[in-house]
Amino acid sequence: MAGPAPIKINVNGCEVEVLRQGAGTPLLFLHGAGGLKGWAPFLEELSTKFDVIAPSHPGFGRSDTPEWLDHLSDLAFFYCDFLEQLGLSNIHLIGHSMGGWLSAELAVMGTGRFQTLTVVSAAGLRVVGVPMGDIFMWSAEERARKMVFDKDEGERRANEKLSPEDADIALKNTFTSSKLCWSPRFHNPALEKRLHRIKIPTMIMWGEHDPVFPAPEYPNAWHTAIEGSELRLFPDCAHSPQNERLDDFLAGVYSITEGSER
Amino acid sequence: MKFFFFHLMPYSAVDLDAITDNTWIVFPNKHYDPKEGHKLYNRYLDELEYADQLGFDGVCVNEHHQTAYGMMPQPSVLAGALSRRTENAKICVLGRALPLTSNPLTIAEEYAMIDNITGGRLIAGFVRGIGCEYHAMMVNPGESLSRFHEAHDLIIEAWTKEGPFPFDGKHYRLQYVNTWPRPYQEPHPPVWIPSQGSAETMLWASHPDRKYTYLLTFSPTDSVTKHLNTYAEQCEKYGYQCTPSQLGWAFPCYVAETDEIARKEAGQHIENFFNKFLISPMQYKLPPGYSSMNSYKIVVESKYKARASYLSLESLISNGMFLCGSPETVASQLEEHQSKMGFGNLVTMLQFGTLPHELTKKNLEFFSKEVMPKLRHLGNQSGVAVAAE
Repeated sequence: MAGPAPIKINVNGCEVEVLRQGAGTPLLFLHGAGGLKGWAPFLEELSTKFDVIAPSHPGFGRSDTPEWLDHLSDLAFFYCDFLEQLGLSNIHLIGHSMGGWLSAELAVMGTGRFQTLTVVSAAGLRVVGVPMGDIFMWSAEERARKMVFDKDEGERRANEKLSPEDADIALKNTFTSSKLCWSPRFHNPALEKRLHRIKIPTMIMWGEHDPVFPAPEYPNAWHTAIEGSELRLFPDCAHSPQNERLDDFLAGVYSITEGSER
Repeated sequence: MKFFFFHLMPYSAVDLDAITDNTWIVFPNKHYDPKEGHKLYNRYLDELEYADQLGFDGVCVNEHHQTAYGMMPQPSVLAGALSRRTENAKICVLGRALPLTSNPLTIAEEYAMIDNITGGRLIAGFVRGIGCEYHAMMVNPGESLSRFHEAHDLIIEAWTKEGPFPFDGKHYRLQYVNTWPRPYQEPHPPVWIPSQGSAETMLWASHPDRKYTYLLTFSPTDSVTKHLNTYAEQCEKYGYQCTPSQLGWAFPCYVAETDEIARKEAGQHIENFFNKFLISPMQYKLPPGYSSMNSYKIVVESKYKARASYLSLESLISNGMFLCGSPETVASQLEEHQSKMGFGNLVTMLQFGTLPHELTKKNLEFFSKEVMPKLRHLGNQSGVAVAAE
């Protein structure tokens, strides 16, 4: 899908690439460890109702990799500056996987700019006794196969031959996500005790067959930690409901956002 | 020429059939039997002590975690055991993996203790540790290089600067650096840098402030020659001449009465070493961030594709990964290699894989009595000639 032409936004000397399309209430989508995979159908759909803003995080895609990037919290503080610079408020915030963790880190700092929060197959919490899948121990092919529920699609992705530029971007994304998420692995032990601060309408969406953050334990942990949140689990879905269960995902987003428009 | 005996202490009692594609990180420790381990530790220490009696200039241990490949997660324990049971040999820890500790002063302390007990027989090896260790110890591979450099600086300062003093690094922040004991050797024990040829390491180790001994480990002879020559050239670029004592080569080796006997006795054991004890998937060995993205791509292209196939005795001998034969064969090969590589330190791995005790002893005896005397005179010149480019 072609989508909007990428724009560059410079925040304090760090230039990030942003895809932006649509009008109305701003909707910020924060991608996961694999990076922003272009203008996916779910972004196109959302842009018919919202002003969709989908940046590639510092260290990912074609964005700069700044010297100061050591921890996931550095990204959270970057987005505070980013949103301030763009003058955005009343935002619908959606984060997937590592981006779900990032969105929660942003929300616990203060939900003033945000109208709703949607976390999808999110990293960030550790459920003791329920091991996560370890993407760093999987080969690229294993990772491709495990991340989608549909076997044929997994096989297609495992055998996909990337262009040299896309292969470099994939490697860059892996390097940065490893730097940010290696230890503690894909979580922040302090996040759980801060999640009670999130008092805006919150939607949690998850695939029943998530290979990294197993359901129902991981989504339940989010559901329990954020009072009043709504949880939607999708059958026949692995790690990316926004791609694997497009209609269910959109219904979830519309349900939480429509209830809160102010 | 100085001769060293390097033991990797494999858990050779392992059920080889249990090893399919990996012996690292998650190879279950139910395959380790402490009763066998007890026997092996004592056998291997006997072999290292025997090397001292046979006249080797040094004995070497190293560090690997959670693997049947080597039983030395804490090499200083073994160095401590050796320090009271060897007389003359240097004790080389090749090396401690600096980035894996949360406080590198523990390494400064261990090393200084060994140096004091032995009256200055320690050679201090510093390594980053291979990629697998970063999975096993959960240390961020993306921080490996900067932690290595910072830990190195901290240890050298702890050894050479009067304490107490504060240390303010990115990774390590300490209020009172004041290491007791101070090392026995002045200004500090010799530092060796084992490497597989990374350009960054070479540039750093050869710097005039350091002039560390650069030890090329387990590589085909073509690449050993290339890397050692590049190191000597780098010294020239820095404006000084590299000495043979600054260059070392570590390799597995087996010597027996004839070429035929040597191949027959060593063949299965060296094949086990390369095809069983050493194997793990690429992403275990090379976690993201451990090297630069460019190095990562080069290594993935060259090394791991080449290693995908079974390494036979013949292929290992033909590319020089393994030296095997009669004393004459091995000595003449080493003489030829020395003339091209310029090294003054030979670090021989005379036990490998499943090679049993009797053959290890025999190998140590053949090497020390029949090979060492033929090569003693080599590598004693004051400088390494750098070929004109």
